[in-house]
Amino acid sequence: MLWLTFFFLLPMGFLGYQSLQSGLFPNFHFTWAFSNFSTALSDYHTQLIRSFAYAGIATIACLVLAYPLAYWIAFRAGPWRNLFLLFIVAPFFVTYLVRTLAWLNILADEGPVVRILRDIHVLGPNGRLLATTFAVVAGITYNFFPFMALPLYVSLEQIDERLLEAAKDLYASPTKAFLRVTVPLSMPGIVAGTLLTFIPAAGDFINAALLGTPNQSMIGNVIQAKFLESLDYPTAASLSFILMGTILVILLIYAKIVGPEKLTG
Amino acid sequence: MTTVAETLARPPRLGVGTRVWRFVARHALTVYAILAVGYLIVPIAVVIMFSFNHPPGRFNYVWHKFTFDNWIHWNSVLGIQSALEKSLEVATLATLVATALGTMIALAIVRHRFFGRATTNVVVFLPMSTPEIVMGSSLLALFLNDQNTIQLGFWTIFIAHVMFIISFVVVTVKARLIGFDRHLEEAAMDLGANEWTTFQKVTLPLLAPAILAAGLLGFALSIDDFVITYLNAGPVQTFPIFVWGIARVAVPPQVNVVASAIFLVAIALGLANVVWQYRAAKSTRGRT
Repeated sequence: MLWLTFFFLLPMGFLGYQSLQSGLFPNFHFTWAFSNFSTALSDYHTQLIRSFAYAGIATIACLVLAYPLAYWIAFRAGPWRNLFLLFIVAPFFVTYLVRTLAWLNILADEGPVVRILRDIHVLGPNGRLLATTFAVVAGITYNFFPFMALPLYVSLEQIDERLLEAAKDLYASPTKAFLRVTVPLSMPGIVAGTLLTFIPAAGDFINAALLGTPNQSMIGNVIQAKFLESLDYPTAASLSFILMGTILVILLIYAKIVGPEKLTG
Repeated sequence: MTTVAETLARPPRLGVGTRVWRFVARHALTVYAILAVGYLIVPIAVVIMFSFNHPPGRFNYVWHKFTFDNWIHWNSVLGIQSALEKSLEVATLATLVATALGTMIALAIVRHRFFGRATTNVVVFLPMSTPEIVMGSSLLALFLNDQNTIQLGFWTIFIAHVMFIISFVVVTVKARLIGFDRHLEEAAMDLGANEWTTFQKVTLPLLAPAILAAGLLGFALSIDDFVITYLNAGPVQTFPIFVWGIARVAVPPQVNVVASAIFLVAIALGLANVVWQYRAAKSTRGRT
């Protein structure tokens, strides 16, 4: 059993090593071309910043939308609990691309949502939702919602309700009990959920490609196009390395704020 | 929200106010939960609904007419059947291999102390905390090595899928192993079973639920994966890649049919699980 692990540890370690190295792969030679990084950064920093902005907004939207739902399932759903959990994961069972395409139907110019919004003058007569930032962020929010809701549910579900009763006995108002007891105790879920949402969202390119225009393109779109369309491997590799690095930095800052033990635990 | 709560909760009518607030909160929350679930479900309903649409032109955006034709002739779109078959093939093979390897890694991490154990723990976690695009491109960088010795295609997809499924298998099985009562194995050994028999007759059956869950999860992830697959597929088309390609032209309702079918199978399994858990919970409650 032991040697087996070593056997599989090697290629996996190699993958990790490779992904760290990939940024330094100029066309066919290895020349320590750090300039790849600087050019990539100066050419694509808008997409990079946009990716993190979109991912950040979507993560916060997920948190705000998912918390009450997770709370309800954990404390109020009773026998319906498992059924509602199934509802939460249901989107996973529809192919990612197809469920994003469904938003094309929903938000389409001729679709009901746009018509209603036009009727109540939220949108102008020619206003549209598709091909806007809103559509892309909404798509990301929808697609990564379960990643937020499930960890939230798990940590809320573990809260001992007697603690809340104790808070009430000590004359805490429901709001205060919620803010001082429930929220801190669900912190692991919030941390896990935000990470699980934010990290894949930052690298996502499907929502931007299907629901947006080049004006909404994110870093993932650039990496993907560089790799497969313009065959510019060095730039693509350094961009994904930059993406990875930025995420690591954000992780570290996050760890500093919430306490490192919460990230690994 | 805070201010509302405090004005309501404060005297002179503390008891009533609190109760009113709680009543509102409880029901608002229920209504919200149902709305939120609606938000999750509506796009799925749309997918299923449009699989029955008979679009007037090439674009399947607007509801036109109900028809069963798309379900009957689901493979009338060129390439859709082979793409689906390819997806199933990759998913089955990758899941089997990844589940076997992942289970062994989990066993090793939990059971044995060896040099590099902590590193293995971290390495296993890496693919889950990396954006797919980074993982996909690092694998591609590996495959694209200097001499073009590796042909992108079925096997590179397979390798990539095994890579990311393994992590989920390890995490799932590990969780089960940590709560594992080793006395059961010791008992088997005391009764004269050798290591292999013990593993086969005691360890494996006890781990089976976790392994099964991990396998199903892996299968679902594999069949759904687009980003990593797309980068490493070369000329091979899996179902998500097929959808991506056709999305640039016009998505035929047959795509919705296949997606709905996958969804219905998965949800049937999920519902079966819910019912099973419900029954299990009921029977344990009956016993105690």
